[in-house]
Amino acid sequence: MTSRMDTRFAKLKAEGRPALVTYFMGGDPDYQTSLGIMKALPESGADVIELGMPFSDPMADGPTIQLAGQRALKGGQTLAKTLDLARDFRKADNETPIVLMGYYNPIYIYGVDRFVEDALVAGIDGLIIVDLPPEMDDELCIPALAKGLNFIRLTTPTTDGKRLPTVLKNTSGFVYYVSMNGITGSALPDTSLISGAVARIKSHTDLPVCVGFGVKTADHAKAIGAAADGVVVGTAIVAQVAGSLTNDGAATADTVAAVSTFVRGLATGVRSARLVAAE
Amino acid sequence: MNETPKPNSFRSGPDEDGRFGIFGGRFVAETLMPLILELQGEWEKAKNDPVFQKELADLGTHYIGRPSPLYYAERLTEHLGGAKIYFKREELNHTGSHKINNCIGQILLAKRMGKTRIIAETGAGQHGVASATVAARFGLPCVVYMGATDVERQAPNVFRMKLLGAEVIPVTAGSGTLKDAMNEALRDWVTNVDDTYYLIGTAAGPHPYPEMVRDFQAVIGMEAREQILEAEGRLPDVVIAAVGGGSNAIGLFHPFLDDESVKIVGVEAGGHGLDGNEHCASITAGSPGVLHGNRTYLLQDNDGQILEGHSISAGLDYPGIGPEHSWLNDIGRAEYVPIMDNEALEAFQLLTRLEGIIPALEPSHAIAEVIKRAPKMGKDQIILMNLSGRGDKDIFTVGKILGVGL
Repeated sequence: MTSRMDTRFAKLKAEGRPALVTYFMGGDPDYQTSLGIMKALPESGADVIELGMPFSDPMADGPTIQLAGQRALKGGQTLAKTLDLARDFRKADNETPIVLMGYYNPIYIYGVDRFVEDALVAGIDGLIIVDLPPEMDDELCIPALAKGLNFIRLTTPTTDGKRLPTVLKNTSGFVYYVSMNGITGSALPDTSLISGAVARIKSHTDLPVCVGFGVKTADHAKAIGAAADGVVVGTAIVAQVAGSLTNDGAATADTVAAVSTFVRGLATGVRSARLVAAE
Repeated sequence: MNETPKPNSFRSGPDEDGRFGIFGGRFVAETLMPLILELQGEWEKAKNDPVFQKELADLGTHYIGRPSPLYYAERLTEHLGGAKIYFKREELNHTGSHKINNCIGQILLAKRMGKTRIIAETGAGQHGVASATVAARFGLPCVVYMGATDVERQAPNVFRMKLLGAEVIPVTAGSGTLKDAMNEALRDWVTNVDDTYYLIGTAAGPHPYPEMVRDFQAVIGMEAREQILEAEGRLPDVVIAAVGGGSNAIGLFHPFLDDESVKIVGVEAGGHGLDGNEHCASITAGSPGVLHGNRTYLLQDNDGQILEGHSISAGLDYPGIGPEHSWLNDIGRAEYVPIMDNEALEAFQLLTRLEGIIPALEPSHAIAEVIKRAPKMGKDQIILMNLSGRGDKDIFTVGKILGVGL
């Protein structure tokens, strides 16, 4: 079985452009609106979707994503409903890869085996679980890989050459390079540092390398897209959702449109970037 | 839980991955992994370095005031009419609680690692004060994250920290208590990995913290064990301590774990009662989950979202517990029981009047358990309880509840 993920990255490589990987929070601010956002993402030029699973204690996220998670939980979002989002989305789109992103505890409580099965049935392609480093691979990574889910790992500037092989060992789908130390949504890093880091990771793996944390504009996306196989945008998209809500945090007629307009801009940036000299 | 074979020793944990049975581990973002591994390596070296150990012991003696006394509470014993009650007087330490034992140890480690900035989380403010104290003593800048609710109910400690030169950052996320402060401290650490040392205040978090904090606090139990042998010529029948994250408790318990005759009791905050969510009894009323770097008993809902909990005592107001306690519970070596807010409050007042000791609200929970247990025990039996902190910080909270404006 060729995965949706591999197919998508192969296609982009053939087109000679990087991927636009877009994150949004499942259930923010309510189920229907976030389903609308999810459907709008590929139409607006997103190549891969990261679907955020809300958690009460998101230790590695900045205030923007924390608040989105709180809105989603307040709106009644659960892990089961986040899987429903993917299932509903798949009714009309069976090509765009979906990666679930979040923290381990809700999955642990749901039950790892049941989660892996249900995620596959819902049309999930991969997982990014922030608080499961390679040292914890027995928990979820190994069972997920065995059933055909990708397990995408974060690497950071603190991941040195000695540690990189450990981190990459059970990674599949793509490698997510967090371009700076810190929580999501902090300031934009230096792009020349990024190309060096991407090259360093690529010397250890054939997987595509996507770079995230800090991308806010089409120009950022273009600059990073020139140095990587993909550009991950999260906080800036979630900020679009937040900015469109009423004072009580409810969705408005503009919510989905705000996201899709913004993503369209990013897609233009990404599409004007060229892949670094194909190896 | 399945029957686990009884280990040869209860004191050999955790394993090299930081696990106590299924509990513990290293559930952290990749950004932190290299730091945690570095910390573990440095801790292994320091542990076996006589120079480090000597410096730790010297500061223990001359700065903290160790050993803390073991005190026979004669009037409380008479009043209850049962077992003889001894208190390990950790409230007499510099800064007024056991927290300083761990802070001195960790700041020596931070110094050894060349870190130049200290961050800490605090609930009641006792750990924040202890962290600010050692940071002042070693000339390092210190940032303390504290839930906004706690900042309000522990104003004297906030002022103490500021006097000591620390920056106190109120955390408004969530319900503004210890768990939220810990999230924020972890975010700071993820952002400032190069120069910053995260001084965790309890025996929880990712490996090696639960082990390391326990080892720095185990001085409590080691001294107490020698002192009771000296005073009574035998070991106590029961040791009791209050458990929030559980550092004072594991510090007392650990040296007694292999003494089969010694019953071990941890006291959780029962808040307004175990029905509903107005308590912090992670073991008695929670279930295993993963938070703040470790697997342990947590207060959580069916979706794995962490609940806020409640306790009259800010220091126990945490929805988790150190992983070693979870393990000791599951293998049956220790027993964990809840004490309600009102029982702790009564114990607070009783001890103050009978012994002239104003206890903190945290150990007041342990005192309440002593009050329940001692009368049912024989006069030849012994209870040893950790009086982990003094109550000066709590008089405002207590005054408010008793209707006395201060």
